[in-house]
This record gives sequence, C-alpha cells and structure tokens, in this order.
Amino acid sequence: MRVTMRVDGDEVAADIDRPGESLLSTLRDRLGRTGTKNACEQGECGSCTVLLDGAPVCACLVATAQCQGREVRTVASVPTVLRDAFVACGAVQCGFCTPGLLVSAADLLGREPDPGEEAIREAIAGNLCRCTGYEKVVEAVRAAAEATADGVPRVPARSHLHHNQWINVVTIPQGGTGNGEDTP
Amino acid sequence: MTDTAGGVGHSPIRPDARSKTDGTFDYASDLRLPGMLWGHTLRSPHPSAAVRSIDTTAALAMPGVAAVLTAADVPGANAYGLITADQPVLAADRVRYQGEPVALIAADTLDLARLAAEAVAVDYETLEPVTDPEAAVAAGEYFRYQPVRLGDPDAQAAAVVIAREYAVGMQDQAPLGPEAGLAEPAPDGGIRLHVATQWLHSDLEQLAPCLDLPPERIHLEMSGIGGAFGAREDLSVQAHMAMLALHCGRPVKMMYDRAESFLGHVHRHPARMRYEHGADEHGRLVYVKARIVLDGGAYASTTDAVVGNAASLAVGPYEVEHVSVDAWGARTNNPPCGAMRGFGGVQTCFAYESQMDALADALGLHPLELRRRNAVAQGSKLITGQTVDARDPRRDRPGGAPFSPLADLLDRLDALPAPAPAPTARPGGSGDTTRGEGVRRGTGYGVGLKNVCYSEGFDDHSTASVELRLEDGERVARVHTAAAEVGQGHWTLQAQIVRTELDVDRVELAPNDTRIGSAGSSSASRQSYMTGGAVRAAAVAVRALAAGRDLADGPVEATRVFRHRATKPMDPVTGQGDSHVQLALCVHRATVDVDVELGLVKVVELACVQDVGKAMNPLALEGQIHGGTAQGLGLALMEALLTDGGRVQNASFTDYLIPTALDMPPMRIELVENADPDAPYGLRGAGEPPTLSSTPAIVAAVRDATGLPLTRVPIRPEHLTTGRLP
Amino acid sequence: MTPPAGFDFHRPADLAEALRLLAADPEAVPIAGGTDLMVALNYRRARPRALLDLTGVADLREWTDEGAAVRIGAGVTYARVAAELGGVLPGLAAAARTVGSPQIRNRATLAGNLATASPAGDGHPPLLATGATVTAASAAGERLMPIGDFFTGPKRSALRPGELITAVTVPKAAGPQQFLKVGTRNAMVIAVCSFALALDTGRRVLGTGIGSAGPVPLRAGEAEAVDLPWEAPDRFGEGLAVEFGRLVAAAARPIDDVRATADYRRHALAVCAARALRRAWAEAHPEGSVRCG
Repeated sequence: MRVTMRVDGDEVAADIDRPGESLLSTLRDRLGRTGTKNACEQGECGSCTVLLDGAPVCACLVATAQCQGREVRTVASVPTVLRDAFVACGAVQCGFCTPGLLVSAADLLGREPDPGEEAIREAIAGNLCRCTGYEKVVEAVRAAAEATADGVPRVPARSHLHHNQWINVVTIPQGGTGNGEDTP
Repeated sequence: MTDTAGGVGHSPIRPDARSKTDGTFDYASDLRLPGMLWGHTLRSPHPSAAVRSIDTTAALAMPGVAAVLTAADVPGANAYGLITADQPVLAADRVRYQGEPVALIAADTLDLARLAAEAVAVDYETLEPVTDPEAAVAAGEYFRYQPVRLGDPDAQAAAVVIAREYAVGMQDQAPLGPEAGLAEPAPDGGIRLHVATQWLHSDLEQLAPCLDLPPERIHLEMSGIGGAFGAREDLSVQAHMAMLALHCGRPVKMMYDRAESFLGHVHRHPARMRYEHGADEHGRLVYVKARIVLDGGAYASTTDAVVGNAASLAVGPYEVEHVSVDAWGARTNNPPCGAMRGFGGVQTCFAYESQMDALADALGLHPLELRRRNAVAQGSKLITGQTVDARDPRRDRPGGAPFSPLADLLDRLDALPAPAPAPTARPGGSGDTTRGEGVRRGTGYGVGLKNVCYSEGFDDHSTASVELRLEDGERVARVHTAAAEVGQGHWTLQAQIVRTELDVDRVELAPNDTRIGSAGSSSASRQSYMTGGAVRAAAVAVRALAAGRDLADGPVEATRVFRHRATKPMDPVTGQGDSHVQLALCVHRATVDVDVELGLVKVVELACVQDVGKAMNPLALEGQIHGGTAQGLGLALMEALLTDGGRVQNASFTDYLIPTALDMPPMRIELVENADPDAPYGLRGAGEPPTLSSTPAIVAAVRDATGLPLTRVPIRPEHLTTGRLP
Repeated sequence: MTPPAGFDFHRPADLAEALRLLAADPEAVPIAGGTDLMVALNYRRARPRALLDLTGVADLREWTDEGAAVRIGAGVTYARVAAELGGVLPGLAAAARTVGSPQIRNRATLAGNLATASPAGDGHPPLLATGATVTAASAAGERLMPIGDFFTGPKRSALRPGELITAVTVPKAAGPQQFLKVGTRNAMVIAVCSFALALDTGRRVLGTGIGSAGPVPLRAGEAEAVDLPWEAPDRFGEGLAVEFGRLVAAAARPIDDVRATADYRRHALAVCAARALRRAWAEAHPEGSVRCG
C-alpha cells in the first residue's frame, strides 16, 4: 500500500506492508529519514516527536496510513535560531532526545514567542532526557526566544562563565603544588 | 600552558552539536547498509529453567528468514564477561535470568525477525529461581565477599548509637538510545562491527574467543551513542550480530526495543544494608559497622568491582578509627547487575548519609555541623588505610587544623542562598492534588565520595595519537583515540587539550576504533583524567618534536599511553590497601515540598557544590552535574525496576519512570577548583559524584518535611503515608 | 510474507461510510488518535489485518453546544477538550490536562479512552461524576448508553461488535467541579488513582467518579448521598469532608500493582475526595464563613 505525504517540504511516497506500521518506522526504515529517533515506541519518551499538520505528536503512535496527504515536519524543519540556542547553551549531550525536544520547543515558540520557565517545562514534559537534567534545555528555549524577540534571529550570545547568577566557578589558590607531569 | 581560545578552561561548541541538532548525527540505531538483514534475539521468559530442546524449523521455514542460530552455532567459547567469562553468548541447556538470550534470528525486516522469534519453539523445564540475595549469600552463592576491618569496633562505647537497615532499589540506566549496532562480514573472513559501547577494546577481547577469530580480524568502530551511564559496559548486540553476519555472509543490524533494552543490559545493584554508627556526645564517630548485600543477579558482570567500591567507600568521607564492614555481591536468578553511574558508591552513600542525619538528629546538631566535625582532612586516613590527598596544598584551617576539602564544600553549600518560600509548582503537578493543602517544606543535605578511575591494582591506561600538519598554511591537529563519546563531551575536551598544548585552532577527531590502543571505558569518571592525560601527553610530545622543524616538510605525530599512579588491591581479610587513584567530593542541598497527606513530593531546588579540581569545560561540567543530579533524584523518588519471582514487572517507560522537566527543579551550582597535583591539569573526575549525593539530600529533605525515618529508595507515596493508611 | 495476504486500511470520509465499512469488514479495528492501539501494534500484542481510520470522518471531529449539555464528537482530542471546554466542562477539561504529554493530548480522544475502557483512563471519572451519555452507532442504528452502564470490566465495555462510539454527551457544569489525579511523577504518568466531583448547586446533587481504583471506573454512591448543609452552607465542617472521603474510599475496589498498593489508593482517594469537596463547597459559597480546612 502506497502512502504519499509531505515530509519537511518534500513530497514522499512510502510502500507499507501492514496497516499498523507507524509513521516513525516509515520515516526511519523506509524513507531513511533517521533524524526522528526511536526510543520507546510507546509514546512515553517524546524522542520521535514530529509536527503532524502543525501539531506535535509522537510519530510512533501515528499509523503511516493515517498520514495520506498530510504534512509532517521533523527536526530538519526546526528554525536555525533554536538549534543554535541548544548548541550554545549546552542543551545537547548524547543528543538522542534532542530532535524531539527541538520539535516540541519549536512548536511552543511558534505559539508563544516569550514563554516563561513553567510554560517551557510544561511544553517539554513529554520529552524525556536522561543526560541534561533539562536545566540547559530550558535555558536554551529561553535564549532562543530572546534571540528572536526583536524579530531578528541571531545566534544566542552566551558567556558560559558569567551568563547567570546560578553558576559560580571558584578557583582555590594553590600554594606550592608539585606540577605532576604525566608519565607516558 | 597558554589560555587558548577554545582550549582548556573554555566551553567551546561541541564538535557533534551541529549534527545532533539537525538530525544527521548517526546513532547506532540509524546505521544501514544495502542488502542488510535485521537480527533479533529470542530471550527466556523464565528466570530459571532447563532448556530441553529448541525447535527452529517453523521459524526457518518462514520466507524472508535467513538464519536461526542457537548455542550450538556459537563459533568459539560460549562464555563472555567483563571480569569473569561466565555468561553464555546463547544459553545452551540452562537459563538463569528472565531475558537471557536463547536464539538469534536474521530476516529481511525487523518485524519479520521478531515474528520468526515467536515461531521458535523452546521446551523449558522451569526451575525454582533463587531471588533472595540474603539467602544466596547464606548458601555461599556470591561473586565476591569483601570485608574491611579497622580498629576494634566491638570494644567501643558510644554516647549515641544509631542502627538501621536500608534498602536501595534496582535502578536502570535507561539511556534514551536503545542498544543497536551493525555487523559487516569482512573479505578476510573477519568482521567489522559498528557499535555503541563504552569500551571498544574490552568488547574486542571478549568477542574474539566467542567468535573464534584472532583479534586482528575483528575491527570495531564506534557509532553514535545515545547515552550510556553504565548500560553499555557489558556486551549486548555485539556477539549476536557478529554471529548472524558471519553465518549469513551479509551485513546484519540489530536494535532493541525499549522492553528488550530493559532486559538486555545490567542494572544498578539493589542493596540491603544494615548500618550501626556509634558517636560520642560531640557527634564524633566512634565506630561504624556495616553489613552490605548487593544483588548481582545471575552473572558476574562487574559485581566484583562494585563490591570493592561499596566496601571501601562504605563510611564516606568521614574519619572513624574503628570499622567493620562486610560486603557481598550475591548470585541469584534476578536480572544481572553491573555498572551504573556511581558504581557501588551510590548504595552505601544513601545509607551512611542517612546515618549521619540520624546521628545529628539524636544529638540535636545541624546536619552540616555533624558532617564538619567528622570530615576527612589532609592526612586523614580512609577506612582502607589510604591517606587522603597527602600531597595537596597546605591550606590549614584556623587553629592549625589541616585543610578539609569536605568542610570547605559544606561551608560553601551553606552560604548559597535558600530558595524562595513560594513554590512555583506544587507536589502532584498537573494532577491538581494540592493547592497548598498538606504541604510542608523540608531541607536536607547529602555528601558523596567517589573514586575516580579504576581501583584495586587494575592496570588502567589510555592511548592517544596526535598529529600536527600544515594545511593551506594553517596548522591543523588530528587526534585519534578509542575513547567513547557517550554524550559527556569528551570529544570537545580532547580538542580543548590539543588547542591548549599546540596552540592550534583547528582540531580534527579521527573516528574512535580499535586501530589504536585501548582508551579504557568511558566510566568511573575516568575519561577526562585518562584519555585527557593521554591526549595531553601525545600533544606535549608532538610539540617537542615540532620544535625547530618546518611542518612544511611533513606532519609530526606521536602516540602515548597514559597511566595513572599504581593502586593496590584491597586485602581480602582486612580490606586495607591504597586501592583508589583519586577521590572526588560533591555535596548537595535539597529543598522539597511534600504533600504529607498524599505522600507526593516536589523538589523545589537543588544546590550543589562539587570539587572538580580544574573546570576543564565549565559548560560540560554543569551539564554533568545537572544530569547526574537528575539520576539521583530519580533514584530517590521514582526509579526502580520491580521484580516478582525474578521477573521484571515494569520493563517500559510507562511504569519505569524517570524524571521529566516538571520533576527536575532549577539548580544552583558552585564548581570548586581544588587541584589534584597528580592529575592532568589538576582535574578531578566529575561525572559520578553528583549521582551519589543528590539521592540522600533529597531523602533527607523529605524526612525533614515528614519526620519519617525513610530507609528505602525510591520513596513511594505509601512510604510517606504509612501511619495514615486506613 | 510479513503482512497477512492482503491487508486493508479503510479511510471513510463520513460516519455512514465508516459504519458500512465496519459492517462489511468486522475484523477491521477502529483507530483514531492511536495512542493506545499503536502501542499494542508496535509491541506485536495485536496484529490486525485491517484498520478503520476515523480521523478523516468529519462528523466526529467537532463538539457542539446542545444547550444543557455538550456533545463531544468521538474524534475531538484531549488537547481541544482542555483548551476549549474548560468553561462549561471544568472537571473534564481538568482531567484532559493530565492526560499523558502534550504530544499524547494532541492525538488522544475521549472516545478512544472509552473504547479502551482502562480503569485508569483519565477521562472516565468526570464522565461518571456528571452523568454523561455515550452514543454508539452501528449499521443497525444509534444507541445511547448512560456512562454508568458503559464499563463492564477491566478494558471491557458495553460496546458491541460493529459499533463505533460517535459522541459523548456531557451535561454542562451546574456548579463547581474538581478533578484530582495522583501519580508518582509530576507529569506524563498513569493515574495511581483519580477522583472527580461535580456539584450541581441548582439541583443540590453531588456526583462522583473514581479512577484507577477498581476493575472499572466507579461512582461512590453512598458518598454522593452525604448530607450537605445546603440551607446553612457555613455549617460545612471538616468532619463532613472527612466522612465524605471515607465513603469514597470505601466505594473503591483497588488492587496492589506496580504503581501502588491498594491501601494507598484507598487512603489517597479519601484525601483527594475530602479536598475536592472542600474546594467545591468553598467555590459554591464564596460569601460567608465557610470553614474548609
């Protein structure tokens, strides 16, 4: 059975062989679009979040055959300013959850250009991240909002040591330390 | 050493950041090759059973199925393991845990391979599983017993004695990226494996005898890793996909789904611990006795080393002269347990910190004050007899007391401002269970002590090669190691070190593979120290070689193997010995709001002070502390794999809950640079310590809010409402 | 030969066509948001030969104001219930906000929740508390079921083969409504237990719904009959709230499972019910000296 849809602006066609094949499986295994990640296939982690006709959904819970003629947008369609904010703010570690988080965050910023912290946390509550503790993800979404506040997207400027009051780096002055040379 | 832009101490952009944000970064599960087959593993549904027979006929008859392999098809030794080769590649006549691999299927699609697995008929004779680790120890079924004996604890009198039992649940690493890989048969009869692993060379050493191939015909190449946290320390898909690919003569890809992932990797050892602390009237520890039983599950994995850590770190960073510790790693038919962030330090940290709080409570002392009075200082001895950082700077405290790195961290933690009284979110979240009804605030503290690098005499080393060349007039460096970038930012760090040592801007990173020597594992908080040390040594050598040479004549290259200072085994009877390389301290303060009527908890804020020795990359360090803290929060409040008769009850993200963005609070972090003169740049391993101290801090805060003793993690709502139940 | 020889994916455009297709192909499994069904398919717990996609059925996609009630088409998502019906159906909207994650709420439907008939379905307690009506249709015609008759067992309902849920009709709030859901995580969690309350201040009727604490979603009949001081609202006291909680807990039939113990569920229901009643009573009687705590 052939299903045609738009994915990130491209007209694509996929031949599926069972009625319940998921959009996630089709994107990854038939269309080679692996930017959308498979981490649970139960709708419990958000790694496969895509926009289906503009609304964030878990691609693992959408039957591909339900997407005939519809529009799918993945991480590939996320605005650069948001990606740059994730990079600059350290919101990416292993990165496996990142595509899904970016799609959820892009949806939020599309609806709400100046979200507060609680709104950001609510919007990404369906995206599990095991590396970052979410702190820098929340910062990144704020940074992206600020970077587009005047309508001119730019790379969020961040000085990592002085960017906020929450982080202090204290260097203890050393008295008479031996300089331990490495022993190759 | 120059302060180079993008060098050590800076936070340059990660080299993998772009591809990870546009979806083009290839994780192991993203790999594909033309003509590849999909592999799948059939696993035992029983925790203990004899395998009478396996009938593969029906599965093999399915069109599109290329192979069904069983134990008889293992080319070489049917046993592997990180420390002891006791785990079958495929179960032959006996299965010892639920999820043990029994057969392999290769088929045209993953869906078909899974269907074919259901068509394999295995005749099991189920046996009674051993599921009680205490009973296993009593029966002599354990992987390791490690005592620690110091002084004479039985002969001591104490003004206050606290004796309690503690339990820690079975935490799962739950990396978001599932186990996956791709195996390609090589023309020489060998195999090329694209894997997401923490330690390429250990995989290679374990695979060669199983595949009956000389190591030089097995080539491992790292693919993108979707988190690890210890879950990728043991083999998962490696031997299986190699067998299928060699058998079929075609590339084979494997990828676990989440349910299989929960069964297909080791977990954090659940623990039962009995602690007795005696202190004098001033709160100074007089003696500590501890009995620690860790459940290793069915196979050895790294239980040996986990028991060593649990025993040697059993008291934490406190001075005490009379100690008796007995630690076991039991052998049962529960899921195998092994490496997870914190590695033996997490379980005992929960117990000893809970004990310290109970002592403070009994003596009417502030929890921080009790800890200050017992804090190790320069020259202190750990319970293993190892001296604390003897060569550290002499920064004595007023009154001539030696400098205590722990007391320093506690003072800094105490000085951090407290969070605002009004919460932004309530316990229960969107469930609207409280609008302030029943909510009480609590504050608690936790201290963690973690060993960095491999201990107990292990020959821990890492290899790095650095090349410097001229390209269009620009000096360009290239680094090659086998170290796993699991997300922690190790690639970034390698580039920073090379920039600093060679004063170059452009640093290329060669793919991590087995063409170079071992880097050791990305575990034990060791990779910055070890591979960082190796990269630095190679870069320093290149700098020397390049001096006075014109790079236009050709590139300069150096390969160096880095070793940390030697350690000693723990004495099998007394536990004494300089077993650790480096120790790292981290302290947490947790503020929680607890709905004491419903037993629901909202962590309002977490504050953390960590001694990182040198802030090599402040941004990455903050990320490690945030993430490690979140995993500690998970253990405190929600994360446990539950077993019943050896069977896992919640192998899904529906019922194995990890913290969401609405569970993790904002964090306040202070990085302290108290340099370790033995370590490259003075750095201290940083990945694990926050995972230790956050759990007891959160539990202490919940205790503060509820007044309950709380001796088990994760805390479940019913633990907080026990007295209130009908 | 992965697929069964020949498979079907039906895409009806209207309800009549959907019912015709289902009558002609009774094996076809209806799918709307897919948030329950797709999990089963992904994990091979079900392998239907045919699916009947309801997302293209225009008749099901809207809710309509029926005067005293709102008729929610089977295809209306929880995201829309939360965003659009908070004013007239505050209890149901509150429940909708607790369903899964934003991604799930964008797909999941109230009718799908009913079709799965899990005792833990978040939408069920408010429907019980308000006395909603389920409309089912088949080729043979339409049938109305009071919500109290709908659930017949764990993941079993009165829906017959060949029938589709087409709408749920929920009476508009005639007073304060509450929904409280207990979970061990602050978001994206299946209910350990949940409780819905609807106070009809005109008819002086109290409605209740209990989730995740019995084989089916339950009402607490005795609790609903509690003697509320309508004539002298300020006589509402702590004793009454506690008694109400006790009666709600007594109506539950919970079990021990991985999410919680039965004892905890009963306790939590007592606490939630008492809180719900206090809140509702205080909201209904903002003037005067109502003691509510």
